[in-house]
Amino acid sequence: MHTSVQLLADAPPQLLPARELMAFTLASHIILVPLGVALPFITLVMHYRGLRRQDPAALLLARRWSAVMAVQFAVGVVTGTVLSFEFGLLWPGLMGRWGDVFGIGFGVEAWAFFLEAVLIAIYLYGWRRLKPRTHFLLGLPLPAAALLGAFGILAANSWMNTPRGFSLDSEGNPVDVNVWKAIFTPMFGPQYWHFVVAMVLTAGYVVAGVYAVGWLRGRRDHYHRLGFAVPFTIAAVATPVQFVLGDSIARQVFHKQPVKFAALEIVWETDTHVPEYLFGRMHPDGSVSGGIKIPQLDSILAGFSPDTKVIGLSSVPADARPTATQATIAHWAFDLMVVIGSVLVLLALWYGLVWLRHRRLPESRWFYRGAACAGVASVVAVECGWIATEVGRQPWIVYENMRVAEAVTATRSETLWIMLGLVIVVYVFIFGSLLAVLLKMRTRWRRADEQQAAEEPAEPPEADTPYGPRSETAGRP
Amino acid sequence: MTADLIAAVLLLAVAAYACAGGTDYGAGFWDLTAGGAERGKRPRWLIDHAMAPVWEVNNVWLIFVFVIMWTGFPVLFQTVFSAMWLPLALAAIGLVLRGAGFAFRKPARRLAGRRLYGAVFAVASLLTPFFLGAAVGGVASGRVAPGTEASAEAWSNPTSLMFGLIAIAATAFLGAVFLTGDARRFGAPDLVGYFRRRALASLVVLTAWAALTLVITREDAPHVWHGLTHGPGLALVIVAGAAALATAWLLLRTSGRGARFTAVGVVGAAVLAWGTAQRPYLIPTSLTVAEAAGAPATLTWLAFVTLVALLVVVPAVVFLYWLDTHGELEELTDAELRSGDTGEKPG
Repeated sequence: MHTSVQLLADAPPQLLPARELMAFTLASHIILVPLGVALPFITLVMHYRGLRRQDPAALLLARRWSAVMAVQFAVGVVTGTVLSFEFGLLWPGLMGRWGDVFGIGFGVEAWAFFLEAVLIAIYLYGWRRLKPRTHFLLGLPLPAAALLGAFGILAANSWMNTPRGFSLDSEGNPVDVNVWKAIFTPMFGPQYWHFVVAMVLTAGYVVAGVYAVGWLRGRRDHYHRLGFAVPFTIAAVATPVQFVLGDSIARQVFHKQPVKFAALEIVWETDTHVPEYLFGRMHPDGSVSGGIKIPQLDSILAGFSPDTKVIGLSSVPADARPTATQATIAHWAFDLMVVIGSVLVLLALWYGLVWLRHRRLPESRWFYRGAACAGVASVVAVECGWIATEVGRQPWIVYENMRVAEAVTATRSETLWIMLGLVIVVYVFIFGSLLAVLLKMRTRWRRADEQQAAEEPAEPPEADTPYGPRSETAGRP
Repeated sequence: MTADLIAAVLLLAVAAYACAGGTDYGAGFWDLTAGGAERGKRPRWLIDHAMAPVWEVNNVWLIFVFVIMWTGFPVLFQTVFSAMWLPLALAAIGLVLRGAGFAFRKPARRLAGRRLYGAVFAVASLLTPFFLGAAVGGVASGRVAPGTEASAEAWSNPTSLMFGLIAIAATAFLGAVFLTGDARRFGAPDLVGYFRRRALASLVVLTAWAALTLVITREDAPHVWHGLTHGPGLALVIVAGAAALATAWLLLRTSGRGARFTAVGVVGAAVLAWGTAQRPYLIPTSLTVAEAAGAPATLTWLAFVTLVALLVVVPAVVFLYWLDTHGELEELTDAELRSGDTGEKPG
């Protein structure tokens, strides 16, 4: 405890609120990212099916998902813009010194995002007037634009983990920038693919989860089956891939950021035959309490042999490694992500086996209970992955080159705390509204479907517009 | 050399945001002043309808501005965000509330919900450009220098105040001109007159305010004042003035066809005039373009990225605007979201 208290005392008072503010806004934004990146892809798959098989239910699903996309994308755009403000408002030291080294990835991200916003607008608003084929084809580049946008963000983040592409002059300032090396850093590939697959499977499970709940409540028509099967299949295919990618990224961290790996696995002393802890808590003296200890396993996982030497936290001075608390947080986040990933693999296998043997969807209620939870669980896993990456890197904002404390703004800490409070209020309002709007849409559509099934006359569209008035119908109040 | 090119790109991106984002903010301004739920129903209907497909794209210009700032001129980014902490933080919050307010107002069905989200959208549309304008004003007046810490003085001074208010006036003007066109496009002749009157009124206010600002900058921001009254800066001011006259003429003469181009000309030329007047400084008179420039290799790549962006984004954005203005983009009705058979209809 002594060292961490001392480190906190040395840190500028701005550090804590700035960190909390960044963490809060990022953690909120990240909930929307999987849907932003992968929902267009899933919707297009459904759209394709609808066009190809002349399936009205599939087209209806695609249209409704695009209505969800509209609201979700709008909120994602604004919370994303906040993050780019925060780079300057919270971490001016980072951007002032390193902006020209790692900023170029954001340049790619910005124009990819431009493209995505254009394509999404055309896709969302093109349903009525564009020819079906044209409309679908114009939507087709959307997933590519989303992947390109993710490229920029992940290039910047992986650079912060394994900074390359510059040398330092006598004053410690970066010179001789090599943009290519700064983008394609050692952690870039592993982080990028891990992220992309995470987005696809999270979006798939989230969407499928909605229809799994419907299945549990007895809605088992073609529409609900389709709404479940398409996203779930996409997610189920991605899950084992993610398992392999996750294993490979952990090994990359072991090689490229050994101290971070030590934090993720709460290893104190550099040693061979290192045991693996499932959860557990690290103390400042390096001891571990609680958790399940599996002898030798960490060495085996890291290098396929119990003789593998794993670097411990104590190999670097206390001010250059995560504190015991931070290591415990990163470790828990990491373990939780692995546990969720493993359970999801089992769920995907269940689904795959039933499909292979019987060519139909599983019928067990437990399967659908699992599927209903998979969406939430994968969002939790995304949050955990991000926590493991960011907390495991502490105290560095640029790994081994700049401490978070050096990058933080000089604005008074009181101002930052007030801003944090304000942002929390604003975000609670916004995310609460988002949830309310989505739930309301769902209820409205369900009621409409029930009315139609009962062949009751539907409400006139004038009284029932999801987006406010429109030119031909309710546009002339 | 490359640094000058990137500085020009930065300025153009700022101008693009001022015009594209400004039009949206202006729509929010007229939403705020449209009156009660009943009286403001039709203008709000038009605003919702006109903004919906394009506002997200218009927002991305700001991100592009930031990226060019921190990649091309890291010191500038650090300085501006350190010194202008409060106005920029408030602008960020304004942006969130504005976007969310607009996005949620559409699906909100009850009047109370629509009122709440509408008010959030409209008030934030007023505050955000003000704070962004105030931050620009602080930079223009030279109150900021590398190392300046956040202070109220940096952004609550005559130039900042004038710039903030000019930003509101400019957005109101752009919004009204574009909505005049949109009213015609959506076949609402009564709203054409409604917004044309507002466009003319806001042009008068904007012109008066711009003249007053010029007077005030003479004392308060001498470097920029000198730039605006000499050489290329002056030429751009004259272009802005001519565009303003042309806009007024177009608005008065016909139903205002083509006025949106001249209106963009007014605001675009004004922004370019300010940027040109600051030369060779990014922040007068403490930080030149050359001093603030990032690593040469990065600048070259940034130029390349910009070129790709031009080749990819510009046609896409033009295509979007084209589809939008030709009535190809329309929201789905609830009927289309509920039944299988009333879906896509060709052409």
